Amino acid sequence: MEYFIQQLVNGITLGSIYGLIAIGYTMVYGIIGMINFAHGDIFMIGAFVALISFIIFGLTGVALPIILLLVLLIAMLFTACYGWTVEKLAYKPLRGSFRLAPLISALGMSIVLQNYVQVAQGARVKPMQPLISGGLEFFKNSEFIVTVSYLQIFIVILTIILMGIFTYLITKTDLGRAQRACEQDRTMTALLGINVDRTISITFIIGSSLASVAGMMFVLYYGVIDFYIGFLAGIKAFTAAVLGGIGSLPGAMLGGLLIGLIETFWAGYVSLEYKDVAAFSVLIVVLIFFPTGFLGKPDIEKV
Amino acid sequence: MEKKDIIQSFKDSLFTGLIALALFGPIVGLRTASKGEGLFITPQWGVVFLLVGLCILGRFLINLNSVRKTEITSFSKFTSKFSAITEDKAKHFAITAILFAVVFPFLPFTDRYFMDVAIMILTYIMLGWGLNIVVGLAGLLDLGYVAFYAVGAYSYALIATTFGWSFWICLPLAGLFAAFFGILLGFPVLRLRGDYLAIVTLGFGEIIRIILINWYEVTNGPDGITGIPRPSFFGLPFKRSPDEGETSFHLFFNLEYSTMHRIIFLYYLILVLALITNYFTLKIRKLPVGRAWEALREDEIACKSLGVNPTNTKLTAFAIGAMFGGFAGSFFATRQAFISPESFTFIESAIIVAIVVLGGMGSQTGVVLASIFLIGITEMFRDLEQYRMIAFGGAMVLIMVFKPKGILANRKPTILMHGDKK
Repeated sequence: MEYFIQQLVNGITLGSIYGLIAIGYTMVYGIIGMINFAHGDIFMIGAFVALISFIIFGLTGVALPIILLLVLLIAMLFTACYGWTVEKLAYKPLRGSFRLAPLISALGMSIVLQNYVQVAQGARVKPMQPLISGGLEFFKNSEFIVTVSYLQIFIVILTIILMGIFTYLITKTDLGRAQRACEQDRTMTALLGINVDRTISITFIIGSSLASVAGMMFVLYYGVIDFYIGFLAGIKAFTAAVLGGIGSLPGAMLGGLLIGLIETFWAGYVSLEYKDVAAFSVLIVVLIFFPTGFLGKPDIEKV
Repeated sequence: MEKKDIIQSFKDSLFTGLIALALFGPIVGLRTASKGEGLFITPQWGVVFLLVGLCILGRFLINLNSVRKTEITSFSKFTSKFSAITEDKAKHFAITAILFAVVFPFLPFTDRYFMDVAIMILTYIMLGWGLNIVVGLAGLLDLGYVAFYAVGAYSYALIATTFGWSFWICLPLAGLFAAFFGILLGFPVLRLRGDYLAIVTLGFGEIIRIILINWYEVTNGPDGITGIPRPSFFGLPFKRSPDEGETSFHLFFNLEYSTMHRIIFLYYLILVLALITNYFTLKIRKLPVGRAWEALREDEIACKSLGVNPTNTKLTAFAIGAMFGGFAGSFFATRQAFISPESFTFIESAIIVAIVVLGGMGSQTGVVLASIFLIGITEMFRDLEQYRMIAFGGAMVLIMVFKPKGILANRKPTILMHGDKK
């Protein structure tokens, strides 16, 4: 039982990270109907920016909460630039083109970003000393002590806060309304005087910022990154988005949590080597029984 | 150009510079390197300023001449002229290309390196043609094609090393295994819509790779399988000194021993395999099942209402595509004599899909051109090992941006309703 609770806590933490990345996929898919393959690499760049700023601020000796806040903002800012540029360079010229074109362009962009970081930062893994240590311990009398580290609490709380802000942004503000309108009908939205290009750009900026936060969490949580982390994390996050129903924002978060939980429970109870297989197998099974994911809108084909 | 425009484009360039600074500043400018305990930062501002300067200059020049527009039009004019030529003279083009491919090993400038590159390009052409059945004809986006390539390579390697059967028996078996895997995967997932299918096939590719890494008893894990038998020339091995009671190739034909014999044989082997794939595809397009594929690609609902069973039709495309992937995999295994899961990563799938889409989906000639172009680019950058994948990815993006339908963009259905009216 204690072991179960420990895995649950770990799973929720991991799920928060996947969920934040998954939002970027699901938003972009919702608004322009493409799989943004480079999103995983945007997440990787976010992790690198966070790592670099942690090192810089680590030398100055500022208090920890201020460092965390500053790194968060810096990572979001710089990574958003990447998201924006990628959209401008690789996807915008292809809008209205046939379905596979942006996907191939995104694949190319993903290869470029990965190798660019490899060239600029070196291929070696980058370790970082843990910044937030310690934690709360439960069930001290039993054999297995459940530890909830402060870092895990930080990650989950930060995710909840960001989700709150984000939900407000999408449901209550003009920007969110414009975004949802673009999702439904881009031509009509443009006719009603909404700058569609700008709305799409902002979608990419928001998605990339959230991915960069996930990147920062990843650096803190695992303490080691390399240029290749984006691929697997990206695929799992996309799996999460599909699982929750692509295009649905609560679905992305739910899917992220599910993928995180499945992965940790699988690793804890079944087999560590095959933990990546678990996520994909679940995806295949879910898609067979719920072809549009858990919270997705049913897909009506029109002639 | 008016003064206002110049000021405008100047501002625009400065903005580009600012963005470029934000992009390159942290990632390029602050290089992390580990020294003993922990990481340290080595600033590299020189490179950053160079890159930012280039961006500003490039943007300014583009604005000044609006280079981009003329370039796009001239580029697409060139390629559409080119595709029109290849369309009109498709037969001549194909015959010339095949003749060139046949005499290629005996041309004076052909050396070992050229042969290796040619074999690699032909392998990708074959994979491209195999995937073209799935993506180009049936319109199913398969991002896990490398899985079938891997299944083919591993089943060839395992059969050949365990039973010691010859290449010509193992090859069809490996193809069958791959086709079987295609059906196994395709059966549950082919009902899914395009993008879902893409991600599921991607997942399948990764699952196969993870199993190959972890299933030590059979696949020998990350160490891979070594000592895969080399192919023989219909029973005559390519060896300097053959075993007792065996005649080797050079002794039989009274030639002086050279390692090139084997390379040339491998070259012709893959050439023949690739041409078989091509011939098969061209023929099957004219059969009912091939027409059903193309019809499904264009309109699934219409197909359903006309009594075409979409799942079964897609399944045949998937299985046949997988089979050719398996053949290519066997060839890869026998050529390398060593395989490991390292060779079957997602990037391979991405390259094959890129070849099919960049070539212009469904165009057989396009696959050839795209393979030569993409593999050629990575070979040209061979000395700059680190930069070659950047060039590769960049080329993918650029071709898509300037020529979204691929190099050869005229995708015509094999048959038309009213004869050949254009």
